[in-house]
Amino acid sequence: MKKVAIIGVGQSKFVRSYPGSIRELAFEGFKNAIGDAGVKPAEIDASVVCSAPEYDKQRSPSGIFAEYLGLNPGPTFYVETLCSSSSTGLKLAYSLVASGLHDVVAVLGFQKMSEISSAESQERMGRGADIQWESPFGTMMPAYYAMYAQAHMDKYGTTHEDLAAIRVKAATYGQLNEMAVYRKPVNMEDFTDKESRMRYPVASPLRVGDCCANADGSSCLIVASEEKAKAFSTKPVWIRGVGAASASVNLTGRDLFTGLAVAKQAAEQAYAMAGVTAQDIDVAEVHDCFTIAEMMAYENLGFAKPGEGRDLIQNKETYKEGKIPVNVDGGLLSKGHPIGATGGSQIRTVVLQLRGEAGDIQVPNPEIGLVHNIGGVGLYGNVTILGR
Amino acid sequence: MGKKPDKDIRFSKFGTVSFTQTTGVNDFVDHLEDSKVMGTRCPACNLSFFPPRRDCCGCLSSDLEWFEVAGTGKLVTYSQLKFGPIGFEEDLPYSIALLDYGDYRVFGRIADEVAQEDIKIGMPMKTVVNTLSNGQLNYVFQKT
Repeated sequence: MKKVAIIGVGQSKFVRSYPGSIRELAFEGFKNAIGDAGVKPAEIDASVVCSAPEYDKQRSPSGIFAEYLGLNPGPTFYVETLCSSSSTGLKLAYSLVASGLHDVVAVLGFQKMSEISSAESQERMGRGADIQWESPFGTMMPAYYAMYAQAHMDKYGTTHEDLAAIRVKAATYGQLNEMAVYRKPVNMEDFTDKESRMRYPVASPLRVGDCCANADGSSCLIVASEEKAKAFSTKPVWIRGVGAASASVNLTGRDLFTGLAVAKQAAEQAYAMAGVTAQDIDVAEVHDCFTIAEMMAYENLGFAKPGEGRDLIQNKETYKEGKIPVNVDGGLLSKGHPIGATGGSQIRTVVLQLRGEAGDIQVPNPEIGLVHNIGGVGLYGNVTILGR
Repeated sequence: MGKKPDKDIRFSKFGTVSFTQTTGVNDFVDHLEDSKVMGTRCPACNLSFFPPRRDCCGCLSSDLEWFEVAGTGKLVTYSQLKFGPIGFEEDLPYSIALLDYGDYRVFGRIADEVAQEDIKIGMPMKTVVNTLSNGQLNYVFQKT
């Protein structure tokens, strides 16, 4: 297989309500990434556009973006795997370049969730599940993840405090991230203080503080062949492993409720492809749409044994100074979660870490990084391993 | 004699808000009206499906038989919602849950009369048909 690199990364600020149209939102991440890569729009051979389409009034945004970003007449197409859309886009870009079809491919992730109301957005999120058999019961994303949290607590004795500790870590770093929506500190007391919103129940056992917020944002990754990477970049980051899996949408088709089978399967593939193990990972970004999702990621990726994720967070091993720093950019819990842009933003963080350009959140000298990006409630799972 | 509807939209009666009007297993709703919760089974593969499917993914046969969800299942997990999607506000709070019957699992709601403090993962529960306040039909899990 040919070597494939990421030579440019970019993102817009993630905000609650972006004051512009989707093409302008996409432009922000794109401009940031091509500036980082040192390429011009005319040097990009193809583009992959990633989002969850039900938020958009515009049909087929890839055409609009190719026009607005100056990417015509290069081929462009659209990919969707809910919240993991842009890491799926990266896998496709990897394939397009590794096959020799194209040399430079842009992966454009975006979401303008504020195109519709928050209640409408929750209803659409619920329809990321089985609309024929589950949605008529009134399902929502927090409630599905809450079912996993309930099972995890029951089997392993995981507590509300263990989950809150993940939010406290996220906020520690979210305060440092200028791109994040939520930049206030969060303390353990906020989960018990009667005046604090963090303690409000959403779907038992998850509370407001356990959930990430909707956001508007865009991300962009510039992917290149070895030859082009060496021509354009002095600091390419290599795509070492791309694992991906799917699971039954309806929970009736699943066996595991204390972890996500797709994350385990995608991680096994990615580790095997890269020739590394969990112990080799120096820095990781995981899909913490809810605190329980990060807890399960620790265990599914092999950073902790099943049921021991709580020890990892309570011993601060996933802080910047710990043995496996996780989400030191504040994660989805701080940044917000503009669905189609999220994976690209996670990948951007790990690329900056591997280049030694992560500023206040830089982990000492990382060589191998991992990105875990989940679509739906463990419906789609992508694990990507990157190296210097 | 009324005019026959052009489309068989029986499935729109399933759940507080149904997002599907018609399906190859519309008879599911007729069974609910007879107070039966039913899945489908492929006799060739000996596979049981819940929710019911029109088609078997094992042998691709469409000659499936109905069977009744009977006896008890074990509670796998659950969550009580304090916020609901549009159209479900009147039902709040409610709990969604999953029961394991061995050969198949059932996703649904826990009956409103079951107190939260009485719900324990692993407990046996049974699935019964329920008429909602808006006249729609679903099914709920009750203590045995």
